[in-house]
Amino acid sequence: MRKLLLLAVVTLVGFIFLGALFNLQVLKTDEYQIKAALNAVKKVRDYPERGFIYDRDGDLMVANQVAYDVMVIPRDIRKLDTLQLSELLKIDKQRLIDQIEKARIWSPFRPSVVIPQLTQEEYAPLQEKLRRFPGFYIQRRSLRKYLVDHSASVLGYIREVNQRTVENDPYYQQGDLAGKSGIELQYEELLRGRKGVKHFVRDRLGRALESYENGKYDTIPKSGADLTVTLDKDLQAYGELLMSNKRGGIVAIEPKTGEILSLITAPNYDPSLLMGRDRSKNINKLLRDTLARPNVNRALQAQYAPGSPFKVLNALVGLEEGVITTTERLTCRHGYDYGGRKPLGCHSHKSPLALNTGIAESCNAYFAQVYRRIIEKAPDAHEGMDNWNRHIKSFGLGNYLGYDLPVGQPGRVPDGDYYDRWYPNHKWYAPTTISNAIGQGEIATTPIQLANMTAAIANRGYFYRPHIIKEIDGKPIDNPDYTVKNMTTVSTEHFQPVIDGMTAVYKTGTAKYAQIPDIEICGKTGTVENFVKIDGKRTQLTDHSVFIAFAPKDDPQIAIAVFVENGYWGSRYAAKIASLMIEKHIKGDITRKDLENYLLTRSLEYEYAKPHSGIPFEINEPTDINARIQQPEQPSLN
Amino acid sequence: MGIGDKPKFDIYIIFTYLALIAIGWITIYSAAPVKEYSTIFDFNELYGKQLLWIGLALFLGIIICSIEVKFYERFASIIYVISILSLIGLFIAGKEINGAKSWYSLGSMTLQPSEFAKAATALAVAKFLSGINISVKNIRDLLIVGFIIALPALIIIPQPDPGSALVYGAFFFALHREGVSLWYLSLVLVAIGIFLGTLAIGSLWIGLIVLVVVVVLFMLSRKRNHKKRLPKPKISHYLAALVVCVLFSLVSKSIFDNALADRHRDRINSVLGKIEDTQGVEYNIVQSKITIGSGGWTGKGLLKGTQTQGGFVPEQETDFIFSAIGEEWGFLGTATVVILFMFLIYRIIIMAERQRNQFARVYGYGVAGIFFFHFFINIGMVLGLLPTVGIPLPFMSYGGSGLWGFTILLFIFVKLDAHRMSYEH
Repeated sequence: MRKLLLLAVVTLVGFIFLGALFNLQVLKTDEYQIKAALNAVKKVRDYPERGFIYDRDGDLMVANQVAYDVMVIPRDIRKLDTLQLSELLKIDKQRLIDQIEKARIWSPFRPSVVIPQLTQEEYAPLQEKLRRFPGFYIQRRSLRKYLVDHSASVLGYIREVNQRTVENDPYYQQGDLAGKSGIELQYEELLRGRKGVKHFVRDRLGRALESYENGKYDTIPKSGADLTVTLDKDLQAYGELLMSNKRGGIVAIEPKTGEILSLITAPNYDPSLLMGRDRSKNINKLLRDTLARPNVNRALQAQYAPGSPFKVLNALVGLEEGVITTTERLTCRHGYDYGGRKPLGCHSHKSPLALNTGIAESCNAYFAQVYRRIIEKAPDAHEGMDNWNRHIKSFGLGNYLGYDLPVGQPGRVPDGDYYDRWYPNHKWYAPTTISNAIGQGEIATTPIQLANMTAAIANRGYFYRPHIIKEIDGKPIDNPDYTVKNMTTVSTEHFQPVIDGMTAVYKTGTAKYAQIPDIEICGKTGTVENFVKIDGKRTQLTDHSVFIAFAPKDDPQIAIAVFVENGYWGSRYAAKIASLMIEKHIKGDITRKDLENYLLTRSLEYEYAKPHSGIPFEINEPTDINARIQQPEQPSLN
Repeated sequence: MGIGDKPKFDIYIIFTYLALIAIGWITIYSAAPVKEYSTIFDFNELYGKQLLWIGLALFLGIIICSIEVKFYERFASIIYVISILSLIGLFIAGKEINGAKSWYSLGSMTLQPSEFAKAATALAVAKFLSGINISVKNIRDLLIVGFIIALPALIIIPQPDPGSALVYGAFFFALHREGVSLWYLSLVLVAIGIFLGTLAIGSLWIGLIVLVVVVVLFMLSRKRNHKKRLPKPKISHYLAALVVCVLFSLVSKSIFDNALADRHRDRINSVLGKIEDTQGVEYNIVQSKITIGSGGWTGKGLLKGTQTQGGFVPEQETDFIFSAIGEEWGFLGTATVVILFMFLIYRIIIMAERQRNQFARVYGYGVAGIFFFHFFINIGMVLGLLPTVGIPLPFMSYGGSGLWGFTILLFIFVKLDAHRMSYEH
């Protein structure tokens, strides 16, 4: 018995081992072979080149440059001298340790970025020395190169994908770059192309040794598509220049195609700032500026009351509904008494006046009566309101419009139900909503909606949905979203008298100082009252300056809407900017240098500072006349 | 002078020894991290050094076989004392490698005295038990032999190297062969159970479980009493057992917290399921299983194992060498090694049983027990069946001290066996 214990135990243990080995190596070998392959095969992603972005004339706006990421596979780190490495990489030692720890937590086997986006100059000295640090290597990647210093918000930017994107979209790995806003985001799938993967057998230091199975599983990267966009590079640059020291948006559309010629928001910045190693520093600056909010694209996202330009729509609807004629004169007694607490005011001009002069002089009383007739034509106000709403909405107002950029706002066009919610006893009538007559009140529009509305007027009754994409890899787009006419509810014959009125705005009316020699412009000024809440108190600030226009009258090439926040009145800023933009687009250069100089030397910063200064201020009047004139300054973050 | 004067060396054991060493070296050649452009005889590389250690080990084996056979019994005590002194000396002059002060530094070489202490202890145990009027049935003698075994282990534990200390448990097989009851083994198993149980669920629960078990045993023994097969149980014995168990449970936690290093705590916690960490503590085991499992029936071939060549298993040339065999030689290779070890131990037992004198027999059982412990703990760990305990696989793991220690251990026995016909008291 005593002789048997060790014999028995050895036999038992030996057979347990043989059984366990049989289980591991024979029964479950497939599972472990897969795991071993996952360990030993190194996948190297082969990044395709991101597509270029050209402007409508074929001028390159966005290209690529090479950048180098320092990567780490934490498991492969051997005997790391962090001090030496941090000196080599020129970063703080503690930051290096933190980065490695972060990578280790994310995954010890998979590559993580330690330092993103080194330039060629920073990379050169690293190239050889980094070999002494097993686990670290350089990954080449393509980065954006901006050949323009404007249009940042419409072009958008690319950045490293975040953890959520990595989890939700199997295409992306940590460290990949993807479009984050603007065109880069909208056309990400076209621009990015398709990554390839190369498989290598790795050696003990994690270095790629040889192609795995002769590249049987490798895929070839497919480069991204080059995009030609509808923007005019020069017009963009010029528009941003004119908007220096102002806030607002400009949208210019080619009426006969719906192509967006120009999309400008102010304040703006150089797109190169959101690239490279200083990206996070700069983007924080942008996001922290909660007063000027340069990260908001005002051309697409800012909802303002449209003001007087909206009157032309009421004129069109009035003609369509047959409630006015082109010749009927209506009276203005320095305003229109609709029965409210105080009459709707108007400025000084001759009276009575017909449609043409009504538009040219922007007579509030005239349009109040037109609006009232439209609404009161129906048996009750609710029905009249709905009918009016149908007409207005056919011009693309009150919805997102469906253009191909990732941000926007629907604006607002009220209907019967809207007022029923405000007046639950249904006691509301046309005069209750009389502000709609002059584009104040419950209406809200974005600059791109105004530009699109102008294009519809220029086309005498239809518009193409505004869009930014023109060609993909040199092939013109055939997306029916952008090539099918959207008809308005107003018949073509009613447009001519209204357009004549818009010509008169330039010839004799509110914008007569913004004429361009040889070009017949149709436009409409607007001065929008501006109420905001400051510390919960409704406060009136300096009016916004608005202008819509298209030109030339008989063969419209450009329809434009300009919105300048706190710009006093329509012709003071917006009309001048629109006029210069039109001249730039049609003629190519500017003859009226004095007008240009006027805009470049005027700043509205003191206006924007008023509500934040804490001291009492007057509106529509500068507190210090000298503050109005400033040296032209390039928009910049630094 | 009789028939047995001419030594008869056991050829089977020597061939097994050579086979294991050869497989071990080839595996080290494959598994050890290598710089580029080196040759087989590059002594800067581990496999080159190991070739040197193997040469020295063979030389050592020949020396051992050439010394007068009576030397080992006569000088057993002195060898043991020298060995103990060399272990104590580590606290003064030891060199720290991987957190353990277990090495003497001799120029560029290091020596690990604990590898030699096993053979010395086996000699001392054999010498003591083979003395006149010594019996393990005698409590005093049992305590003395227990002290001889425990002394080196107690010195090794705080180095800290509890893995190597654990091996001294192997002498139980030798003691059992000489008459120590299996009850002692069950006592040890109960102690281990209480220790791990306390760590897992706390002293209170262990106390309750022990109470229930003691009460049940007590009731059972009362029933069996009617058949008069056992003496009447005394309640005081059961109470004493209960108190000892509870006290042991109470000190377990402080032993765990104070006597062990962090990594040992982690490994035990890992087995207890208190740590779930495939990247840290359990990384070795996970990679080791992948390495072995991916070998399949016949393996990927020498130098073709992606896991082994990629260096995915840490310490693969030493404690985890078995995994490299598994990947490059497959089930065929691992089964061969397991069977070789089983054969080695069987053969030593057979040889021990054929000894005419007690000294050689006890020593032989000591050798068999030590090889079994290494085989059991090392391969059990590499397969993920046991917690990670850093002890080498005899004859195969890289390292001079280990190889020489095992060679001395085995060849003293080979020498004793060779003279079994003439060598008597």
